[in-house]
Amino acid sequence: MANKQVLVYKGFERFWHWMQAAFIMFLAFTGFEIHGAYSFLGFENAVRYHNITAYMLIGLVIFAIFWHLTTGEYRQYLPTFKNIMAQLDFYLFGIFRNAPHPTKKTLLSKLNPLQRLTYFFLKIVLIPATILSGLVYLFYRYPSRNAIDAINIGSLKPVAIVHTAGAILLVTFLVGHLYLITTGTTVTSNLKAMLTGYEELEEEEVVEKDGEKP
Amino acid sequence: MIRTFIVFGFAVLLAAVSVSLVAPRDMDKPLLMELKERYSRKHPPKVDHSKFEELNRTFSSPSEVTRECENCHNLTAQEVMKSSHWNWEREEYIPGRGIVYLGKKNAINNFCISGKGNEQSCGKCHIGYGIDSQGRGFTDSANIDCLVCHDNTETYAKAPERAGAPLETLDLNNIAKSVGRPKRTNCGVCHFLGGGGNNVKHGDLETAMFEPDRALDIHMGVDSVNMQCVDCHRTERHNIAGKLYSLSSMNLKRISCEDCHTGTPHEKDILNEHTIKVSCQACHIPVYAKENATKVHWDWSTAGKLKNGEPYVEEDEMGNHKYMSIKGSFVWKKNLKPDYIWFNGTASHYLAGDKVVDPSKPVVLNQLFGSYSDEDSQVIPTKIHTAVQPFDPVNRTIIYPKLYAPEKGEGAFWKDFDWKTASAVGMKEAGLPFSGQVSFIETKMYWPVNHMVSAKEESARCEECHSRSDSRLAGLTDFYLPGRDRSPLVDIGGKWLLILTILGIAGHGSLRILVSLKGGRKEASDGE
Repeated sequence: MANKQVLVYKGFERFWHWMQAAFIMFLAFTGFEIHGAYSFLGFENAVRYHNITAYMLIGLVIFAIFWHLTTGEYRQYLPTFKNIMAQLDFYLFGIFRNAPHPTKKTLLSKLNPLQRLTYFFLKIVLIPATILSGLVYLFYRYPSRNAIDAINIGSLKPVAIVHTAGAILLVTFLVGHLYLITTGTTVTSNLKAMLTGYEELEEEEVVEKDGEKP
Repeated sequence: MIRTFIVFGFAVLLAAVSVSLVAPRDMDKPLLMELKERYSRKHPPKVDHSKFEELNRTFSSPSEVTRECENCHNLTAQEVMKSSHWNWEREEYIPGRGIVYLGKKNAINNFCISGKGNEQSCGKCHIGYGIDSQGRGFTDSANIDCLVCHDNTETYAKAPERAGAPLETLDLNNIAKSVGRPKRTNCGVCHFLGGGGNNVKHGDLETAMFEPDRALDIHMGVDSVNMQCVDCHRTERHNIAGKLYSLSSMNLKRISCEDCHTGTPHEKDILNEHTIKVSCQACHIPVYAKENATKVHWDWSTAGKLKNGEPYVEEDEMGNHKYMSIKGSFVWKKNLKPDYIWFNGTASHYLAGDKVVDPSKPVVLNQLFGSYSDEDSQVIPTKIHTAVQPFDPVNRTIIYPKLYAPEKGEGAFWKDFDWKTASAVGMKEAGLPFSGQVSFIETKMYWPVNHMVSAKEESARCEECHSRSDSRLAGLTDFYLPGRDRSPLVDIGGKWLLILTILGIAGHGSLRILVSLKGGRKEASDGE
């Protein structure tokens, strides 16, 4: 079972991942200042930078959606419940016994079932909810003097609550995500892979990928 | 290739978005220049009154001057006699009460309480001569005081306690020859000194506004545009625009900043959006009573104390009256942060004889209407003036006391210092029932603050409202304000979610380290 360096994360994927990470962290930083948690940039600047970054994140997300659809990589995120208990078992018990990862990382399936489920939720529910509530927040015109009744919003409160809750969940995800980076084959292998794109995968999996060839 | 294309496309999009958001848009500069130019223009008089033979004579009474004015301006008296300055009342519609006539003639306030019965003293601020409680003096056009508004020598002054007549020492000939467009001094002699002293009532209108600098008022500053009152309070046929809600009820004939500055005067859209719910004044008058203190509380219940049988006066450290035997105790404040309320331009008032429903709570004498959900409402800055004033606990009505009389023994409080007789005489003159009992009741008045506009650099910063603690809008709780408000459920729940996540990670991580250390030893021993 020889191992081989394989390009797991392509250039755009890495670019998207790190840009998104930076945007979300900056949005959280400015966002919680707007929320009143602390004062650093000043409210006016915090709002200004938050809004600019929000547009940039939306731009990035549009490109990412395009990339995922055209390359078919979106399939990586389709949730599967197969082996999900085994994966949970690994994180709760196996990891302490140096047990092997229950699911094998391959190019066609580089995410384990828990990752699939989490990222699916992230991409389908959490990020859209936060972005959409953010857009409503941004384009909210108070009760708009009833100029256009259909888009009249009586109160900012529900919008703000969804947006804040989304932000808190994203930060929680980020904390967990940062920790789970260390649970790869080695402590740093996942981080290295996301930085360089390359990760050492078992040879047979690569063969499996080009399964039709032999 | 495709990758390069995507990255390039993304970079272009980022650049475009950033530039469009960051680049400031200069939209208000030309308008501001135009306004400055327009309001800096001089107003050369259309005629030179000093050249008129008719005015070049000695006048034995001010009414003679009025007659002389009327000889040429022979329809003007009709205009003046329709004005609220003359009639001391105005037709107003109050929601729920219908049409009422409101004005100094009948209204009650929590300063000197009422002009009713005290006309001889209060007439100092009437644009007429010979005013009295019987209504005489409102019908004869010879009683019109043209000069108090149109004197341009700045020497005309009304005599105290002469029912509106001027000082007898004036050079009426010289004054009559000077007449012209009203200056700040003409308006200010009454409007800056109402309530019995400088800045007693408004807080934003006081004698420092005769010659204000730019820091005191950006519009009227002599080193700024040097605007006069009548530049904004535009007047057509003696009907003057703009009114104060101590005595108004309808959203009519108001002056707004938008009249000149438009509804979207800011470079930043996010500020322009605020104007839907926030008045210009709310941010641009961050502080009032900048030069001299204004009265914020008046306690009539302490009035009447005498030293050796004589009334006396005490002053506070700023030199303002702290106690007056004739008026009671006062609290004065300077450099005040306004109180903010929702206001839609309509108001209700306590009217003569209204029964107070709950005397244990402060009675709001002019209730200004508005709320967040009301689409016509904006946040406006106000001065709140509280008072403790005489009240009839049996009839549950606020008392109109007789305050002024020329002599002792007529029941006037300022001469005889007896609330019961002053109330009995005052209520009789007002035509209201009086039980004979006098107690005191707390009252509250809202005085919208519209003057003393600061330079834009001085206007309220975002975080002065958008902050958890000490928000200027802390009193307005009927809406969600970003930065001030939060959902405790989301915030506390979120905090615990984060804490538990971090604790879980710490536990999981330490266990892994522990196991790997042990495992390492095991592997090492295996190797051996």
